[in-house]
Amino acid sequence: MAGGGIRAKIRRSSLYTFSCYRPRTSEEEGPHDIQGPGYSRMVYCNQPHLHEQKPLKYRTNYISTTKYNILTFLPKAIFEQFRRVANLYFLLAAILSLTDVSPFSSVSMIAPLAFVVGLSMAKEALEDWRRFIQDMKVNLRKASVHKGDGVFGNRPWMKIRVGDVVKVEKDQFFPADLLLLSSSYEDGICYVETMNLDGETNLKVKRALEVTLPLDDDATFKDFNATIRCEDPNPSLYTFVGNLEYDRIVYPLDPSQILLRDSKLRNTAYVYGVVIFTGHDSKVMQNSTKSPSKRSRIEKQMDKIIYILFSLLVFISFISSIGFIVKTKNDMPNWWYLRPPDKNNLFNPNKPLVSGFYHLITALMLYGYLIPISLYVSIEVVKVLQALFINRDIHMYDEETGTPAVARTSNLNEELGQVDTILSDKTGTLTCNQMDFLKCSIAGAAYGTHASDVELAAAKQMESGNAFGQSEIELETVVTSTDENERKPAIKGFSFEDSRLMNGNWCKEPNADVILLFFRILSICHTAIPELNEETGDLTYEAESPDEGSFLVAAKEFGFEFCKRTQSTVVVRERYSSFQEPIEREYKVLNLLDFTSKRKRMSVIVRDETGQILLLCKGADSIIFDRLSKNGKAYEEATTKHLNEYGEAGLRTLALAYKNLEEAKYSAWNEEFFKAKTSIGGDRDVMLERVSDMMERDLTLVGATAVEDKLQKGVPQCIDKLAQAGLKLWVLTGDKMETAINIGFSCSLLRPGMKQICITATNEATLSQDPEKSVKENILMQITNGSQMVKLEKDPHAAFALIIDGKTLTYALEDDMKHQFLNLAVDCASVICCRVSPKQKALVTRLVKEGTGKTTLAIGDGANDVGMIQEADIGVGISGCEGMQAVMASDFAIAQFQYLERLLVVHGHWCYKRIAQMICYFFYKNIAFGLTIFYFEAFAAFSGQSVYVDWYMLLFNVVLTSLPVISLGVFEQDVDSEVCLQFPALYQQGPKNLFFDWYRIFGWMGNGLYTSLIIFFLNIIIFYDQAFRAGGQTADMTAVGTAMFTCIIWAVNCQIALTMSHFTWIQHLFVWGSVTTWYVFLAFYGELSSALDENAFRILTEVLAPAPIYWITTLLVTIACNLPYLAHISFQRSFNPMDHHIIQEIKYYRKDIADRHMWKRERSKARQETKIGFTARVDAKIRLLKGRLQKKYSTMSASTVIQHQT
Amino acid sequence: MKEDDPTVLKAEYSPSDGWRLTKIESSPEELTRVDEAEEKFTQQELPACKPILTPGLVITTLISIGIIFVPIGLGSLSASEHVVEIVDRYDDACIPSNGDDEAAKRERLSFIQNAKTNKTCIRNLVVPKKMKHPIHVYYQLDNFYQNHRRYVKSRSDRQYRSPGSEGDTKTCAPESEVDDHRPIVPCGLIAWSLFNDTYGISTKDNPILINKKDIAWPSDKNSKFGSNVYPKNFQKQDPVGGGKLNESLPLSEQEDLLVWMRTAALPNFRKLYGRIETDLEADEKITVVIQNNYNTYSFDSKKQLVLSTTTWIGGKNDFLGKAYISVGGTCLFLAIAFILTYVIKPRPLGDPAYLSWNLNSATR
Repeated sequence: MAGGGIRAKIRRSSLYTFSCYRPRTSEEEGPHDIQGPGYSRMVYCNQPHLHEQKPLKYRTNYISTTKYNILTFLPKAIFEQFRRVANLYFLLAAILSLTDVSPFSSVSMIAPLAFVVGLSMAKEALEDWRRFIQDMKVNLRKASVHKGDGVFGNRPWMKIRVGDVVKVEKDQFFPADLLLLSSSYEDGICYVETMNLDGETNLKVKRALEVTLPLDDDATFKDFNATIRCEDPNPSLYTFVGNLEYDRIVYPLDPSQILLRDSKLRNTAYVYGVVIFTGHDSKVMQNSTKSPSKRSRIEKQMDKIIYILFSLLVFISFISSIGFIVKTKNDMPNWWYLRPPDKNNLFNPNKPLVSGFYHLITALMLYGYLIPISLYVSIEVVKVLQALFINRDIHMYDEETGTPAVARTSNLNEELGQVDTILSDKTGTLTCNQMDFLKCSIAGAAYGTHASDVELAAAKQMESGNAFGQSEIELETVVTSTDENERKPAIKGFSFEDSRLMNGNWCKEPNADVILLFFRILSICHTAIPELNEETGDLTYEAESPDEGSFLVAAKEFGFEFCKRTQSTVVVRERYSSFQEPIEREYKVLNLLDFTSKRKRMSVIVRDETGQILLLCKGADSIIFDRLSKNGKAYEEATTKHLNEYGEAGLRTLALAYKNLEEAKYSAWNEEFFKAKTSIGGDRDVMLERVSDMMERDLTLVGATAVEDKLQKGVPQCIDKLAQAGLKLWVLTGDKMETAINIGFSCSLLRPGMKQICITATNEATLSQDPEKSVKENILMQITNGSQMVKLEKDPHAAFALIIDGKTLTYALEDDMKHQFLNLAVDCASVICCRVSPKQKALVTRLVKEGTGKTTLAIGDGANDVGMIQEADIGVGISGCEGMQAVMASDFAIAQFQYLERLLVVHGHWCYKRIAQMICYFFYKNIAFGLTIFYFEAFAAFSGQSVYVDWYMLLFNVVLTSLPVISLGVFEQDVDSEVCLQFPALYQQGPKNLFFDWYRIFGWMGNGLYTSLIIFFLNIIIFYDQAFRAGGQTADMTAVGTAMFTCIIWAVNCQIALTMSHFTWIQHLFVWGSVTTWYVFLAFYGELSSALDENAFRILTEVLAPAPIYWITTLLVTIACNLPYLAHISFQRSFNPMDHHIIQEIKYYRKDIADRHMWKRERSKARQETKIGFTARVDAKIRLLKGRLQKKYSTMSASTVIQHQT
Repeated sequence: MKEDDPTVLKAEYSPSDGWRLTKIESSPEELTRVDEAEEKFTQQELPACKPILTPGLVITTLISIGIIFVPIGLGSLSASEHVVEIVDRYDDACIPSNGDDEAAKRERLSFIQNAKTNKTCIRNLVVPKKMKHPIHVYYQLDNFYQNHRRYVKSRSDRQYRSPGSEGDTKTCAPESEVDDHRPIVPCGLIAWSLFNDTYGISTKDNPILINKKDIAWPSDKNSKFGSNVYPKNFQKQDPVGGGKLNESLPLSEQEDLLVWMRTAALPNFRKLYGRIETDLEADEKITVVIQNNYNTYSFDSKKQLVLSTTTWIGGKNDFLGKAYISVGGTCLFLAIAFILTYVIKPRPLGDPAYLSWNLNSATR
């Protein structure tokens, strides 16, 4: 409450805004008539004990976002696991393996399944545990609750009950949905920041009922009693219907008395409130949708491959079964050594169809090795490890807040490498929502020497552009250099630097009086409240918008310190030069004409100490310029020029003006104004607006301000890089169109010379009979015109920007129009949607996702971005800022927007390639292995016998080939991270899906088929009848199977070694370790197996190892299997190289060091054709200058005297 | 992270905050090797070798494979050439009726299934080349599915190993026990269908001894088949399958059985019958007296007698050598093709002109 003392005395309602004069219409209406269903909730205020029994027992304030709890974990998680077709298949196979049909021992079917499923479930459990921890963090937050007898004490959020009276202090979150009873302000208003709910940054005013205002002290709650009857929990944030019965009188309640959970108390020392909705009943929780489970594109494609393999499995099973039936029926009666018929009908020639059916089941199990059982679990392991790398990447670690990047769901890692469109929130994501006063234009003179980010870059660019010649500009230094000399403004919100104005030097300027006026407007024309920091003695300002705050800070720095506000006065401490004592001047505020988005201006009417009445006005330049008097236009031309420059530099501008008023004229107007503001009825607003408009005319222009909406660190560079990587960026913001456009400029999404297509709904069409229809037609026409314009554009460098507002968007997103809209939007280089609601954000995201079929990424920081984050293929939340909603809903959380570059270009690129190669390899190895089993059937009368020992097969997927493929998925790097960042164009390999297209997949499958044929037939032909040892022994089935299996192990492991391009000791260990493991296993198993009643007893030590033919067959088969792949990749690389091949070679031969110039040149060229970002902006400027130069040259040579205006 | 940056971030997991990176302020000297290694790992900057397939490497690899493979192939071929092999099919010669009609078939069956008929059959063979001892004697069966699942599974290794597990015949169906539920030792279809043709070889009336010792794997004799397990109830009950066993010898010494019990991988297989420990001269005439007992006439199968010497690659196996030579040849061919294409259309390594953006702009 410190520092709030002065302010609390002010009745804000009378100070502010004509909206506050509004008579309380609701009170006159009487209580709401709320009977019937939907309005059953009763809350006994201050009697929470009544809510401990049914039917008044409501949900607790405990929130849980976990998927499971201890009891439901096992059944639910198991169910989840077996929803995967492949797992279900393996489950059935495991069950059937207990019967006689099984070709294998049951343990060899059950063990891998249990292992695989167990591992996945362990991962689920771990993830859920983390969610639980997150929830508990929220649940255990402390809130001050009335404990009886007027004593308040802390209690964790989860223990708060319906009916409790809680006291919330400044900058705290509301623990539940509350009814506002009173606040530190006398009139019971409080300011609430709802950024977490709807993303709006401006503060909202909530107002307590008149009747509860006296409850403004802890002690008054001793005997407080009231009853609330209201609506049932529902997700609508902006409605509330209920009645409060207090002292036997019923008062109606409306949304303005309700404080919602997860919004924050601002500018108010404290409030008291009664808990109405708790926990999952609260509006914000009701609003939260179950986060949809997302699957990456690759995984979806993988499913298709699995289906293909399943079809193959069923197909070869049918072939086998038919073969089996034929053999059993025709030949088997003659095979006396099998003693047919068989009682169990498994091999009964008399009942071939029954036996055939059993055989089909056997075959389906036998060929199950085509489906990689460990695929899912390996992918999961890999993704968890990849996520670990993302989490622990130092380059994505924000030191200031101590937040690392967090991959919250690990199953989208590879999707990061395929993003096509980024949909970004603005406030808090691109910008810090902090304004810096940077420049001003006073009396036609421009002040402020500091350059904006954009200017800085452009200037640098031009320098280097001239030095190098046009084509070989080194962009790198320019784009990153701004980072290095990052200027740290000593004063927050003030980056102005110009000695002409500072330290009182302005007095020596020619137009000192105008400058004085300018400063006065800055310090008087606002609605802020000063707050004294008692420790430092400094004043800070609480302003409605950050712009205003920066003006006040600027005014203070210029020597006009706004220090006190009372009910009707503003006190400014003015200091004319540094050595003079400041003079306190008091201005009487007569009227305050509020800022609205429609008016785009605000004014105050003040009487200064001399009695002079002044109207001070600030507003959007276009509005102010329209309202200048004839005499007031002295500086218009110069100011306009400056304003354009500021706009070009990406700054937010406002024009300042004033007017002197005569006493008589003012009182006449004031009478009218008073009449208007006290009138009741629908036309009150219109009247007020008209009256204000009358006053704000004939102004005199003083100057203009330029404020930089501080972008987050590294945002323009990041956008530039992302644009070079070929990504499209859409900005979806709740802000006004002007703000959005300004930000578009400052982060180079827009630039001068870009053709802006603004689509807005016009209100003029209301005259026609069907207003909605005509509005729609109008919008459709705008869209068609826009598309037409884009189509007809001849200049390849021309860039278009689409700017659309929320209202228009509602129409544009309707089914009949959305495709035209999307087509236009896709053609435009940048798209900015302003004033969009959270729902529209989600809708736009869905439109892009479904309309273009490309991968979308949504990034945002507030709860208003949740819908969009959930809807997009990948949702990224900005953590580190306040509010966790976006992060909780996101798939990845990063601390700053700039980390997105590394997340996508490095991790995304790697993960995509890793996963793609890994899956391809998985299918390859299982096809290679599975088909050999099938071929053998043809030689075993399709009886379902496998040539391998069960244990080999059990170990194949789980042990012998799993680690190398995991190391491929975790550690593979085609190029290192630095190169990824230097060559953003490499990223396009992902969105183009070069590594997981059907061509490649079938290539790998073909390779698997080839390998299986080679392995099987070479071995069979070598071993089938001849002695294989000098001792004359012939090979039995186990020996042949083991030799074949050895070949498989060698072939697939050599294959993966060929696939890898990056070997650390880990890869070496895993790949060669797997091969070694096989021999070790075989030797070990050979010793063991006399106890396991198997044929593989001493198979290696006694039978195979002493035979040279075993070793040379292994060598032959391994080489023969890998030869085509080796030939393919080396021919591919030599004659049709891909980008990363070349870069690998450059790196390998250290050409980048030998020929730095080439390396730099290629780096600057390695980008997609881009029309947004710094680079494009600079290119455009260079083209412009070039064009100008050429023109000049040609005109000069023609010796004409036409001067070219800029 | 730059190399000269002395600060190190350490990730820690705590249940309340999840992963956190904490900064460890320390001078470079204080950094332990472990920390450095861990950081290299988490930052994915472990030292790595990044081999690339340069044309030089590819050509060298291919040529060296070729150079290694061709000699191995030639070696195997020559080894295979040294093997002398006599193959004699005797199944249709050693049976009275050889027609294809049903009657002939029935006659063949009744002949082979009748225990009383004299099944002795004499075959005269000529040694093509000098055969050095040991000469391996094999029988070869065709179209005999020793790898059939019903067949392969019908055995009980436990029973064969120890007398205590005599009743362990669950897996042996349908040859597990006789009618009064006494177990058959050795049980199972494999043992039951034991091959029982016998061969006697002689030259110019001098009998040549066929050594039937040590034809089974030592491990079979020593570990898998018990030296105290004796045949019981074997072939005592209809239907009688193949050969009978000497009930006074333990299983471990019934080497024919042991060889037979190692089921073959394919329906065509050879199994060791015995060894001749004397040399056979070229053009020498040998006489084989065959007891043609085994019924392969129910199904269309061939029975062959094989006499073969061995070398280091085993028996006659031309395929291995040919395969080696063709793979080696392919490698050499590929290497040449690679060199030629490279000469015709060379691409300097690491030439940025081949980067996609440069290619695109060239075509534009």
